[in-house]
Amino acid sequence: MAVHTISFEPDDRYNAFLKVCAKPSHGEGKLTGIAVAVKDNISTQGIETTCASKILKGYIPPYDAHAVGLIKATGAAVAGKTNMDEFGMGTSTENSAFGPTLNPCDTGRVPGGSSGGSAAAVAAGMVRMALGTDTGGSIRCPAAFCGIVGLKPTYGRVSRYGLIAYANSLETIGPMAKNVADVSLLMSVIAGHDRKDTTSYNKPYTHTPSADIKGLRIGIPEEYFGKGVDPEVASVVRKAIGRLEELGAVTVPCSIPSMEYALAAYYVICTSEASSNLARFDGVRYGPAADTKKSWHAAYQDVRKQGFGPEVRRRIMLGTFALSSGYYGKYYAKAQIARENVRKDFTRLFSNVDVLCGPTMPTIAFKLGEKSDPLSMYLSDILTVPVNLAGIPAISVPCGKVQGMPVGLQVMGRQFEDERVIDVAYAYEQAVKQ
Amino acid sequence: MIDSDIVVGLEVHCQLDTKSKLFCGCSTDYRNDGPNTHVCPVCLGLPGTMPVLNRRAIEYAMRVAKALNCTVIPESEFSRKNYFYPDLDKAYQVTQYDKPLAEGGYVEIEGDDGKERKIQLTRIHVEEDPGRLVHMGNAERGRYSLVDYNRAGIPLIEIVSEPEMCSPKEARKFLNKLRATLEYLGVFDPEKEGSLRVDANISLRGSERVEIKNITSYKGVERALTFEVTRQKNQLRRGLKVDRETRHYLEARGITQSARSKEQENDYRYFPEPDLRPLRVQSWVKDIKLPELPDARRERFVQQYGCSLNHARTLTGELKMANFFEAVVSGDGKGLCSLAATWIADTLTGELNYRSMSIDALDAKRFAGLLVLLKTGTITDKSGVEVMRVMLDAWHKGEPVETPDAIVSRLNLGKTTGDDAALLGAVNDVITENPKAVEDYKTGKNGALNFLVGQTMKKTRGCADPGELNRLMVEALKSAEQ
Repeated sequence: MAVHTISFEPDDRYNAFLKVCAKPSHGEGKLTGIAVAVKDNISTQGIETTCASKILKGYIPPYDAHAVGLIKATGAAVAGKTNMDEFGMGTSTENSAFGPTLNPCDTGRVPGGSSGGSAAAVAAGMVRMALGTDTGGSIRCPAAFCGIVGLKPTYGRVSRYGLIAYANSLETIGPMAKNVADVSLLMSVIAGHDRKDTTSYNKPYTHTPSADIKGLRIGIPEEYFGKGVDPEVASVVRKAIGRLEELGAVTVPCSIPSMEYALAAYYVICTSEASSNLARFDGVRYGPAADTKKSWHAAYQDVRKQGFGPEVRRRIMLGTFALSSGYYGKYYAKAQIARENVRKDFTRLFSNVDVLCGPTMPTIAFKLGEKSDPLSMYLSDILTVPVNLAGIPAISVPCGKVQGMPVGLQVMGRQFEDERVIDVAYAYEQAVKQ
Repeated sequence: MIDSDIVVGLEVHCQLDTKSKLFCGCSTDYRNDGPNTHVCPVCLGLPGTMPVLNRRAIEYAMRVAKALNCTVIPESEFSRKNYFYPDLDKAYQVTQYDKPLAEGGYVEIEGDDGKERKIQLTRIHVEEDPGRLVHMGNAERGRYSLVDYNRAGIPLIEIVSEPEMCSPKEARKFLNKLRATLEYLGVFDPEKEGSLRVDANISLRGSERVEIKNITSYKGVERALTFEVTRQKNQLRRGLKVDRETRHYLEARGITQSARSKEQENDYRYFPEPDLRPLRVQSWVKDIKLPELPDARRERFVQQYGCSLNHARTLTGELKMANFFEAVVSGDGKGLCSLAATWIADTLTGELNYRSMSIDALDAKRFAGLLVLLKTGTITDKSGVEVMRVMLDAWHKGEPVETPDAIVSRLNLGKTTGDDAALLGAVNDVITENPKAVEDYKTGKNGALNFLVGQTMKKTRGCADPGELNRLMVEALKSAEQ
């Protein structure tokens, strides 16, 4: 296959990129010559991959993530690695060891997280599309905050091989772009079975978005418009759902009672898995080297203390505690029960409706530094985490503005019905465009 | 305290002899290669990599489970065992915890009372081997360690017994039986260095349990346990308590040493491995075929070849020896069964151990040729051993091996007969040279005759038939008396 290069010299005033590839090469295919930004927790052969953490500074993966291999094979050019909350732990991209990314819509505000760099790069027009990852909302939140489209695919529909794990059972790689058609296009490239990820499914995505949603049944969970949700945001989203009704959809009020415990369950599970996943960063094989003059455990302590930021350390400690003998039953095991209840709630609802709609985030993008205590930051994930617990697909599509800042409409669907949530988002997008 | 108050349980880790590692495609044949040459992003635990289960390893483990009469659990699960150590590249070991591959089952051994006894098993599970640390330097000059990940990801099964063995010797028998069974199943190569590692639990009844970690040889298990029995008994005799603790076995010194107390133990924070789906094996169980196992083969050796139970047990205790025996007595060797059993089980094993050589090097036909010479009375047993040693030395060095007949004629080892003048001459010489012994014989000292026969044996380089020689000597002494 012919190899070409493009020139990529973005004006990165938002600190969206951790690493820019100025002259990336590319081949030919569906994505010929399209510059794609890749979140820095997705392994790229020969390109430094740090997860926005000091502990991986200098780590150059010897292999490509499966999804990266796929976009390269279809002609895309890897334009660079985007900023993020360290290891994906955050909702604002302020937890990057290399400085926050700014929201292109208002540089005094955060772009959302953890895929804030990818969202900002797309929103600012630096790239046409980007890969993000979504563990508890990390694609949808920055998409909503920056006014772009982001899809969190069904768990297992896109291979996780090469995604540097934060919470394996929750996370997935997904596409981000300015419009639904590009999200769909990128999804068609990255979806499908990978024998290197045995949790992946053989469900390729070959769909072309359709705007016909006549007769579609949309569930409106009351929790998505209740306590903690900014009334202005709720009102914009209700209006957007009204547009969908005008297009022939039917709305059905409903409830997800298990949401009461969803956030707590999510934080127990993600921190537990993280405490194990991040234990390998010890300075022995990659990243800043451990001091070999010291005993191995003293050297480990130094490397990890200096290498991880405060939010990462906090989550490692939470997860370590939750898995400890004597506490496992109280936390991890209980969280799994809560998770199962969330799944059951979604299954029950989806027997009556085709999709669920609500806001992606309870508020518009926060001001930089606004959420200084971790708990208030965690609470902002309440509308996105249920989807990850259930493993179902969800998309965020821009649906209006509040105080000049974009608001995202979230569409959640049945397992493997990524096509349907894309159609609903596409129908809305096309309707408001006219 | 009597010895029946010893309680021993074993946790045996065996490397499964698969071609590739448990979770990646790397070759397991690393022993003759340099460090970190059999590694890939997966077994190095590089960020973002994921395990892909080697189906063959699970099939091997299921063969073991079936052979040891375990119940295979239809849906088992992999878990992460979290701990920090430089040889553990992911800082967790993928293993099985509360949902192992198989439960129950037993290993039948000959107990210390001579009766066959079933040692119950708790479980069998599958896990990955960690890498290996190589310690360099010494206390004086820059001590440091290097890490070799060639071993990381080699499939292991851990077989856990109930605490039902009553002595270090029984533990050794349990291990021998296990080793033989695994070898027969074709899933384990006992000759590979480090392919078996054992943790042994031992307690004296009513006293705390001590765990001895990471014993790497069969002999080591018996020795470590024997040391512990003595140590713990002494402890109690002195009115001291036996502490519940983990100890290391120092192979070179044959002793155990305290490693850490139970309170300092790691909290492994087990949880299900999210990167692997639950393991469902129900549909494979019926396809698992077992070969003839050691017990069945032992019975067959008794029935088919008329071996004694003890010989049959020794011969079938190692797959290669059993195969060698059958090769020797196959075809023309049919009449050699009882000779072959004795010579292989008793004589050959000792000679092989002495040379630390494998039975692989031997040629069964040639060995049968030696047995034919013994059977026909062409050579004495003593000469037989001599011929065997010549053959073994040549096999060991990889040199061409003469036929037993050639060795006999070259070394002049043919058996002398009664009317052989040289033999009579030797007898008379011995009588002349040992007047004191002759005198003792006459006064009725029994040992004297044996001494005189022995001296004659020496003179004839073992070629004389001992019974014949005895008769000649008695006759000669009688005629000397008259």
